[in-house]
Amino acid sequence: MNLLNVFDQINAVDPEFSDRISPRREAIKNLASISGKVTLAAIPFFISDLFKKAYGATAPTDVNGVLNYALTLEYLEAEYYTMGVAKAGLIPLGRPLGAITTIRDHEVAHVNFLKQVLGNKAVPKPTFDFTAGGTFGNVFSNYDTFLAVAQAFEDTGVRAYKGQAGILLGNRVVLTAALQIHSVEARHASHIRQMRRARGGGAADQKPWITGSNDTGIGAVVDPIYAGENNITQAGVDITSLSGPMGKISTNTATQSFDEPLSAEAVLNIAGLFIKA
Amino acid sequence: MKKITPNNESLLTSDSEFEKKDLGRRDFLKFAGASAASLAILGMASCKKDRDDDMDNGGKGMYFGSGDIAILNYAYALEQLEAAFYIQLVNNPYSGISDMEKAFFTDIRDHEIAHREFFKVALGAKAISSLEFNLSGINFSSRASVLATAKTFEDLGVSAYNGAGWLIKDPNYLLLAGKIVSVEARHAAWVRDMIDNGSFANQEVVDSNGLDLAKSPSVVLSAAAPFIKSKIDVKDLPTY
Repeated sequence: MNLLNVFDQINAVDPEFSDRISPRREAIKNLASISGKVTLAAIPFFISDLFKKAYGATAPTDVNGVLNYALTLEYLEAEYYTMGVAKAGLIPLGRPLGAITTIRDHEVAHVNFLKQVLGNKAVPKPTFDFTAGGTFGNVFSNYDTFLAVAQAFEDTGVRAYKGQAGILLGNRVVLTAALQIHSVEARHASHIRQMRRARGGGAADQKPWITGSNDTGIGAVVDPIYAGENNITQAGVDITSLSGPMGKISTNTATQSFDEPLSAEAVLNIAGLFIKA
Repeated sequence: MKKITPNNESLLTSDSEFEKKDLGRRDFLKFAGASAASLAILGMASCKKDRDDDMDNGGKGMYFGSGDIAILNYAYALEQLEAAFYIQLVNNPYSGISDMEKAFFTDIRDHEIAHREFFKVALGAKAISSLEFNLSGINFSSRASVLATAKTFEDLGVSAYNGAGWLIKDPNYLLLAGKIVSVEARHAAWVRDMIDNGSFANQEVVDSNGLDLAKSPSVVLSAAAPFIKSKIDVKDLPTY
């Protein structure tokens, strides 16, 4: 996990980053040695803390900010599927390769679309490390790992777009396009979840929709991606208090029926695990 | 829901950005008139068949309200339609339905009921009544007929939320629509895969920019009209 490069990159576009988190400047310099001591599961929260300090008040606040945020996620997905499809023997021929190719084409189209909308304001593509510093070391040699990371990306994407919709309020062109991308990501997530279900094993109970927090069978490493998906209260209404087909609506149904947003900070923390420079 | 109050209407006048992009008042009335007229045809047709329809509301139809309330009632109406369809599907499953199909169709039924009941409670006194539907054209004993209808409804639902998003003034309601539309898209993808594995996001619904469908409320209601038996009054429903 090349955290130092992530911070270098942030400093390149935001020279005041280190100053804003100055109490921890030394911590950053020494991160290489620290990261050897903390557990992998703790790292996302450690980074989260740093990002919140630095960007707590400066997550995307305008239309271009949201578009570049979306573009960064689409760069990630497009390159991931492009590499996966190109890796001979990774994805079984026939319907699986067909489906991943369809998804790849959509993510590439999203990148091109967002770049076209942003023009010269588009951010450049980062350098990605899809092993997340070794956490998913066999991501391009093990089909199940490949699908697991794909599901993580798609479910994150759905949450990410939802989280920024408010900034685009009333914007006919950009909000509509964002919603149109958002529902395509949800279609992808649904299909990837079906593909994993068909593989059986730890993914045998996977559904096209999200049940509770972290129903993936992947493990605690993806907990931050599903944090809050177990919410059962919508606009002050406890969904489990409503009448269902038999008695009250169940907790599982309540969580499945509404996908939850994710803050920009949380999404950047997750994406940051896969960004090398 | 506390958030649904008449003071939403004040946002109508405070959002200058929206006004700029919105149809002019005169054009809007023209559109509203047109959509009301096309739905009135439906209303008359159902009156002939069903003169003592309780939903008649004195010949005026169920009023959806205006602004965000009307959009929420529009979503409520669509969720009512979907729930009615899946309830009948699960109660009368086609022969040869697989265990997975039965389980997932039951899940989807429950999701649509959750959406329906949420809107009903959230809208409170502003909610439209329960609509009556005409599902007689669907052959519930035929897997192909059921799946084709489910695909139509789910894709329509996705396009409806996508197309209505920019008309919503309150960011809380926009977020709610966002929370629901991605679940509808998950449904749509699964139903499509049951018809033809791999068609979850094919060219029927995703264009060359990778964008899903987005349809205006008047277009969506026209598509849903054959299934809606009750008379509805959507003259103040924002559309374009």
